[in-house]
Formats: sequence, structure tokens, C-alpha cells
Amino acid sequence: MNKDILLCGVGGQGTVLAAKILAAAAMNAGEKVRSCETIGMAQRGGSVTSHVRIGDSSSPLIPRAKADILMAFEPAEAVRNLDYLKREGIVIVNRAPVKPVTESLQQTGYDGTEMIEYLGSRCRCIVMDSGELDSEKFLNIAMLGVAVGTGRLGFDREEILAEIETRVPAKFLEANRQAFLKGIAMGENR
Amino acid sequence: MKKEYVMGNGAIALGALAAGVNLAAGYPGTPSSEIIETLAKRTNGEVYLEWSVNEKAAMEVACAGAYTGARAMVTMKQMGLNVAADPFMSLAYVGVKGGMVVVSADDPGPISSQTEQDTRRFGEFARVPVFDPASPEEAYEMVQDAFACSEKYGTPVILRPTTRVCHAYGTVDCRENSGPKEYEGFVKDSGRWVIFPKLANANHRMIEERNAVIGRDFSEYSFNTVTGSSRKAVVAGGVSYAYAREFMKDYPDYRLIRVATPYPFPEDFMLKALEGVDEVLCFEELSPFLEEKVLQLAGKHNLNIRVSGKLDGKVPAAGENSADIAAEAIGKFFGAPAARSGDYTDKPELPARPPVLCAGCPHRGAFYAVKKAMEGKKSYFCGDIGCYTLGNAMPLDMVDTCLCMGAGVTMAQGFSHMDEEGTAFAFIGDSTFFASGITGVVNAVYNEADMILCVLDNSTTAMTGHQPHPGTGRNIMGEIAPKVSIEKVLEGIGVSRIITADPLNLGESMAAVKECAGEKGVKAIIFRSPCIALSKPSEKCTIRENCVNCKLCIREIGCPALVTIDGQTAIDRNLCTGCGLCASVCPVDAIGGAGDE
Repeated sequence: MNKDILLCGVGGQGTVLAAKILAAAAMNAGEKVRSCETIGMAQRGGSVTSHVRIGDSSSPLIPRAKADILMAFEPAEAVRNLDYLKREGIVIVNRAPVKPVTESLQQTGYDGTEMIEYLGSRCRCIVMDSGELDSEKFLNIAMLGVAVGTGRLGFDREEILAEIETRVPAKFLEANRQAFLKGIAMGENR
Repeated sequence: MKKEYVMGNGAIALGALAAGVNLAAGYPGTPSSEIIETLAKRTNGEVYLEWSVNEKAAMEVACAGAYTGARAMVTMKQMGLNVAADPFMSLAYVGVKGGMVVVSADDPGPISSQTEQDTRRFGEFARVPVFDPASPEEAYEMVQDAFACSEKYGTPVILRPTTRVCHAYGTVDCRENSGPKEYEGFVKDSGRWVIFPKLANANHRMIEERNAVIGRDFSEYSFNTVTGSSRKAVVAGGVSYAYAREFMKDYPDYRLIRVATPYPFPEDFMLKALEGVDEVLCFEELSPFLEEKVLQLAGKHNLNIRVSGKLDGKVPAAGENSADIAAEAIGKFFGAPAARSGDYTDKPELPARPPVLCAGCPHRGAFYAVKKAMEGKKSYFCGDIGCYTLGNAMPLDMVDTCLCMGAGVTMAQGFSHMDEEGTAFAFIGDSTFFASGITGVVNAVYNEADMILCVLDNSTTAMTGHQPHPGTGRNIMGEIAPKVSIEKVLEGIGVSRIITADPLNLGESMAAVKECAGEKGVKAIIFRSPCIALSKPSEKCTIRENCVNCKLCIREIGCPALVTIDGQTAIDRNLCTGCGLCASVCPVDAIGGAGDE
């Protein structure tokens, strides 16, 4: 299997854990994996990406126009990284905007709707809404669910769930499982 | 063999363990910090590990380790090597007995650094061999090869990963470790270990002859490779090689020459690789190192080869490379098209997301207190390296200068000597204070400067991922360690006034600033409050109904937890830590502090 998945969002949204779960599931399936993340000065509030490359690859970063799936935890971040998407690739995007920390000073009026409209007009796009989850904290796991639901991830629900179970603390496991199943339902409906 | 999915820095640590490392020391710096941290997690006391006070200390500790015949590793980011340059340059002359690997992680971009310097140059400058891995898997192997090379030739050796190697994950085949190396111990020999001009002269000659031998040795090194046979060739190294290969794997005939050991340059290998080549594109980051080497070689051997790269603008002169930049530059070179994405030039304007101080960060309080206390008075605000560099952002705007670790303390003195009217402040974090601030304070007291030192003490090295330091009372292994008191250090140096203040208490902090500003001499305020990313307070502030929506809180302190919802000032409860700084700036007392809930 050759699959390039780009996860993007805002620092603190949990893209790193979601990427780790994908990579581990691929490893368990006997695939070669490579990934790369934003660490360092991009702290809470900055744009972050995780590149997950399954199969034979050399570069740690996905080349432009090669990503099969763009998993965007935030609308503007989806648009920011759209260049990575293959022509036949899909975007899974969370509708809820994360306003930049400077928004209250600059008042640009950013609310994400323009981004969602743009995505809808330019690519195959599955919009989910983290507002339908019990908490925004489970967004990353729900996003994985949506990806599984679309059937385009290359892994089934058990393979991903097994990794969620080994990586999520016991007391949050049930809530994450529910978010994952809800995500699958959101993905299947599209 | 065991497969592990690890970060490049983890792979370096595992490779060092496989090589039987006995001692590792370092100072945190993105992108190198996780090497020592992984060693701490994966060893059980059998390897001596430390976070040193700075890179120079780490280099010297490791150097003594290597003199005993043990295997020693020292880790840092590229600018750390500048700090450690003094021992490093001399060590290159003296040499080592046990293997010594200097890991200096470069940061093309730069993503989180002040400079785009190239450690390969440093290797050549110091006449020290350099290994340049392209992936975590290679880093695991190369750190072991570097130890072997170091021991074989009695020289320190550099391993030069870059950010996209350090922070990339790959699948590493880990060998069984046989434990740390058995070592002889230090054997006294002043003719060998004491550097005098006579020794330096003799060893300089020896090193130049030896490096020619290492260059021939490297010509046989398995990671220096050639694929394809076209008359045009790409020469690449480090992660740029991975980017080049990503593009060129679809064109197996195109010649790709990979240099894994940039110094001493493997001339024999390159001469052979260039047979039948009449045009070369050098694809690399930071500086045209390989390009200049190929040009030199072409001149030396009268080769009729046209050499392109950074020097003629075919490869970007600055900034990070990527698979896309590789596809563009190499595609153009061979006349092969790169994959095209859709045209998204009509995309809507994207929100900028600059890094800012976290909501509730105590540094915000310290900066704001100084700003308010000095309102209308001429002041110099000298910043330093750490989270608090972000105090430059609006609306705080409290960093006038930032140069390098520790520079703020001494630059404040320079300003004070040039301008007796203005008040010079230096802001420095606790870890940076220990790393390189103390000598600056000695300089200030000795040279009778007028300055106010503000130590922003959040009891951790926050920016690089919360490493302990001499003031935290914990060591790398998480054990209790002696705690060095900042107050007592300042007292011992002779700072005339030392005040400790809570930066989240605006009144107390402003009073401290005013008290210090009214006096001559070297004064210090220690703003002490823990990093909220570690203490994670659960309190929240609330906005009461008497809020007049003047938005003064937003305009004054710029806390990310202060937002507007439908034009009304509000608090983002996901971000707020209940620090109450906004409550102390509210003109109508409409914000409830943490205690109100």
C-alpha cells in the first residue's frame, strides 16, 4: 500500500497523536512508515502539520500534489495545505474555526465559513463538525473515525481502534471510542 | 533485531547505546533536545548522563570522558556549537582516546533558530570529520560509524542531522546492545593532553596528513552512493538527498550522487562518480558546501564540468529545502516535469498564526509590569533567547533587542554606558541565566553599569520542552539534585538590590520595578512563577455584567484567552488559567479573578 496522509491543524488540537496512531496501525499491518512533525517554536496557537507516509518513500515530507487524504482539524489550515492534495485526493475538514490568537486585536472577522465554501468548490471535501462531539478534546480520534468511515484510509476500524486502545489513557478510553464511532458514522454518510 | 518506530533524535540515542556510549552530555536546543531525553528513558544508570549548564560545559565534560578511553557523546543545536567552539577547536588538535561524537543539529529555515549556519563548515574549520544522515534509519547507523571513525583516528567526529532528520520518524532495525564500552581510564601524559604551541604545531601537520587518509577511507563508505548513469548528475547530502531521491526514483537513469561524509571530502569517490558527467546540480541546504567541493575538485583535476547550485541561483540560497523544491530544481535541470497540484492561487486570505506567549504565562505579567512602571520614561529592553522572546509581540512590544544566549545582560550595559538618561533592562530566563547570564552580571558589577536585570524564573527550560536546569532541584534522570539559588548567586556577585516578585501580582511587580529604577548600580528583580504549561492551573477568570466592553484588557496585555464573541469581550475557558492579570488592568473591576468562582 502506498498512502500519503497529511494531518494539519493548530497546535494543541492533537494532530500528533492521530498521526502516531496511523503510523502504528500501518506498522502493525507490516507496512513501511515515515512521518514528520512540527515541534519547537510552533507552540500552542501555531499552524502545525504531521506528514504520514505509508509504503515506499524517501522524503519525510509529502511532496506537493501527492497526498491521498488531507485531514484538516481546522478550515483555514485545510486551505493552507491544499497544495499537497492529489487531484483525486479527499479533504476531511472540521468546520469549527480556531481563531488566531491575534484575532481579538486585529478583528479580521475570520470564522472559517469562507474556507469551507472554497474547499467545497475546489475539491472533494467531507465536512465534519467537532461541535457534534461531546468535547473538542476528542476531535483527533473522531477525525480518524471519519477517515475510516470513508473507506479510503486503507485500514479498518479494528486496526485503528486497537491502536487507540494502547495509546489513550484508560479513563478517557470510552469517550474516545464513542468519538471514533461517531466519526465513522459521519464519514459513512458522505 | 527489533524494529522500532522512532524519532530521528531517538534513533541517534539508540545508535549511541548500540555503540556502547559511556557518557552523554548536552544543553537543550531545538531540534536536538530529544537525544539526551531518549537516553535518559532508555538507560538505567549504566551510562552517565547530564544536562550541562551550557554547551561549552557539555563539550568539556564529554571530552574528559573520551580522554579516559570511554565513548562520549555531546549534543546541541548548531548555535550551541558556537558556545562550545573554544574547547572544540582545541580538542580537534589534542584528539581523543575513546570515541567522541559531537552531535550538532542544524536547523534549515531556520524554523526555531537565530541563524542558518552550517555545521559541515564548522567541521572543515576545525578539521574534524562530519557524518551527514538523511533519515532516522541512517542516523542510527551513522552514529555508530562515527564512534568507530573517532576511535580509529583519535579525533572527535561530528554527526550533523538537520531538523527534518531529528524530528522525522522512521523504522529502525535495532541491534542487541552489548552494554557500555569497557574503558582503560585516564593515562597521564602531559605531552599528549596538555595543549602548548609546540603540540598544536605538530598535531596540525599530523591532522592535515591524517584527514587525507580519512578522505580516502570515506571514499569507500557505504553511504556514499551513485545511482543512474546520465551525463547530468545531481549531487546531494543530508535530508536534501532524501528529497532528491523522492523525485528521482521515477527516473532511475538520472545520476544521483550522494555524499554522506562531506568532510574530509571523499575525492576519489567523487572523481569516479563524475566519470562521464558534464553537468552537475548540487542540491543542499544552508550553504553551498558540496558545490564548492565539486568546484574545487573540477579545478584541481581540470574536469570539464559545469557546476550549478546555490552559487548560480539554481537552488535557493537560503531557507529549508523540501520535496517540492527538489522536484522544481531537479525537474528543471533534467527537463522533467514535477507533479502539479490544482491551482489554488485564488484561495481566500488565510489567518496568520504567529507564536505568542501562552494564556496565563507569567512572563506576560513581568513584561507588563515593567512597561507600566516605565511608561513615559526612556528605557532599553534587551531580550534574550527563550519563550520570553515572544514578549516582542504586540501589544506588549517589550523586546528591543535579541541577539544570542545571554547577550541581553551585557547589551543592557552597553546601552547604559552610551546613554545615562535611559534605564536599561535585561530580560533573561532562569535556564539562560545559568547558561550564559552570570558572567554578564559579573561584568556589570565590575564595570559599574547601571542596569536592571529581570530574571524571568519559571523554574524550567520551557521553550525546548521543559528540561530541568541547575535552579530546578532536579537532574536529567528526574532525581533530586542540589538547587542553585539565583538570589544567592546575584548576592555573591555583588548586585546592590535584589527583589523577588510575583509577576502575576501587578502591584507588587510594578513597585519592584519603580524601586529599582530609582537607583544607580546593578539591580535585579526575580519574577518568579511556574510555567503554566507545567503547573496547569485549573482556575478560570470570569467577566461580570458590569463590563463596559472597553476592550482595554485585550489591547493592554494581549492574552490569547481574551476574545471577542459577537463584539463582546469574553474569556475562552479552554485557554484561561485564572492568572487574574486581566482583572488587574480592568478599569471598572469587571473581571473576577481565580478566587471568584
